[in-house]
Amino acid sequence: MARIPVTKTPKVYVGGQFIRSESGRVFPVRAAGSGKREAGLLGNIPQCTRKDLRNSVEAAAKAGPDWAQRTPYNRGQILYRLGEMLESRSEEMADALVVSGASTKAAASKEVAASVDRLIYYAGWSDKYEQVLGNTNPVAGPFFNFTVAEPMGIIGIIADDKFPLLGLLSQIAPVIIAGNTCVCLASQSFPYPAIVLGELLAVSDLPGGVVNILTGFRKELVPTFATHTHIRGLNAVVNQEEKKQLQLGAAESIKRVRARKRDDGIDWAGEKSQSVYEIRDFIEFKTTWHPIGA
Amino acid sequence: MATAALKRTSFSKLFDEIGTVDQVGIEERVAKFTTRSIKKSSKVWGLKTAVSMVDLTTLEGKDTPGKVASLCQKARRPSADPDVPPVAAVCIYPFLVKYAARWLADTPIKVASVATSFPSGQSPLPLRLEEVRTAVADGADEIDMVINRGLFLAGEFTAVQDEISAVVEACGDATLKVILEVSELDTYDNVRAASFLAMQAIRAGDFIKTSTGKASGSATLANTQVMIEAIRDFYLATGVAIGMKPAGGIRNAKQALHYLVAVKETLGDAWLNSTRYRFGASSLLNDLLRQIEKEKTGAYQAPYNFTEAAESY
Repeated sequence: MARIPVTKTPKVYVGGQFIRSESGRVFPVRAAGSGKREAGLLGNIPQCTRKDLRNSVEAAAKAGPDWAQRTPYNRGQILYRLGEMLESRSEEMADALVVSGASTKAAASKEVAASVDRLIYYAGWSDKYEQVLGNTNPVAGPFFNFTVAEPMGIIGIIADDKFPLLGLLSQIAPVIIAGNTCVCLASQSFPYPAIVLGELLAVSDLPGGVVNILTGFRKELVPTFATHTHIRGLNAVVNQEEKKQLQLGAAESIKRVRARKRDDGIDWAGEKSQSVYEIRDFIEFKTTWHPIGA
Repeated sequence: MATAALKRTSFSKLFDEIGTVDQVGIEERVAKFTTRSIKKSSKVWGLKTAVSMVDLTTLEGKDTPGKVASLCQKARRPSADPDVPPVAAVCIYPFLVKYAARWLADTPIKVASVATSFPSGQSPLPLRLEEVRTAVADGADEIDMVINRGLFLAGEFTAVQDEISAVVEACGDATLKVILEVSELDTYDNVRAASFLAMQAIRAGDFIKTSTGKASGSATLANTQVMIEAIRDFYLATGVAIGMKPAGGIRNAKQALHYLVAVKETLGDAWLNSTRYRFGASSLLNDLLRQIEKEKTGAYQAPYNFTEAAESY
């Protein structure tokens, strides 16, 4: 007897759990080259709403204090372990990229490998960026004067359609390594790799709520990313119009915006896409004075 | 043996009189309350009404006159928005009543004090009554007492009612709220029974209240529903209107709206004001203000923009 294949219900990863959109809405994603044929249906992806975004911000807020208080070394270990796990599941990840039509087979393997390397890269920075970005400042008095790096809080991430895995991870890793938590909107055109990434995060050592990944339509969610006052910074790949929207909302709620142009064809695989300055984008500097000898 | 028999007969006699609770029915009914769609202007109305019903509470061993002062300030003017009403009352320990009374003297906000050796209620009756009288003399407008759950569970209903009556007398003009501590009563039937015992002993305009907030369980929609249905049945039988105060565990605005739906659909509009309905809560007010601000600006708000929010991340 022929076996009926068991298909997966794609769900988004929020607060350490797999959830559907609170609205119950979904949008179909078709396998590459299948056109409109029913057989090509890859899955019904959750079409998340601003309420889902609000709920994930709550989840990120809940996870924040614990994550920020861990030692940088421990955060590095966890990110490194995530890299190890992605390496061992690289075939599944590459399949997700290919089947969703985001890339060819050869390119997908390269993208996954580059993603692993990127995680390892930022894991290495975990207990080093503070030395590089912080400082002891010379002052004219009997004081030590330190500049120390602190996480900002909850960061909103809006992903690129190109390199839907590597791009997303390149935005997530520098944000969380510094003790921030994040709420991400996956690529609208190729959301499936981000769904699989959620499944990987769920079994990693990363505490639930540190990374939350939503899927859905940019048009519906970008305005809420812009105005939600609890989101402290935005790491976004956006077009001109969306950028304006983010900046207006961010001005109202006083948040930092790091916008990359969507149509630029960002070279996510390149060396230039990884640097300690990506970490610097989402930390606050605190300067403290301490009397010498006290 | 004799006490067990007393317990059996007194409970069965009371249930013959007041009826028992359909547990499945109650739980299905309250599940429906959470499905109402309340948006825009009706939501804003609900949120503001909830603000006006809050008994802003602090019941910690480390409370100081200074903390009560800031709480009173917040009670008078919860938000910079002049459309947001003041809360109904400030609820504190008896020792702090004299301070709160001074800071709320020129306002309609009531000073409520827990008394009768809150939260256990396990000290001798004369001491508990003295505590009530002292709080009232210091300026408390309302007294939150706890019933003696031990006596109730042993079936000694007359003794329970005698104690409540004694407290009523000690209150004088002050409003009384009788805390049943539902989580220690175990069953919905017991909650209904205790509600009736309390209502028979108190005056019109007094309240029954779910919990101290100090025990493991606290107010839920279901046990509150049992109590407001008791209030309804008692009102239909005697014409005496008793108020309701759920307390403990109500932390966000959405829950508060669910409770208001339950009141509206069970007791009607006459109970939708602070003379007949209160929320005993400390962190609820912040979330109500946060949601009011969200409705006003259209932007979701961070909790740390509202005072005394515990979460600062």
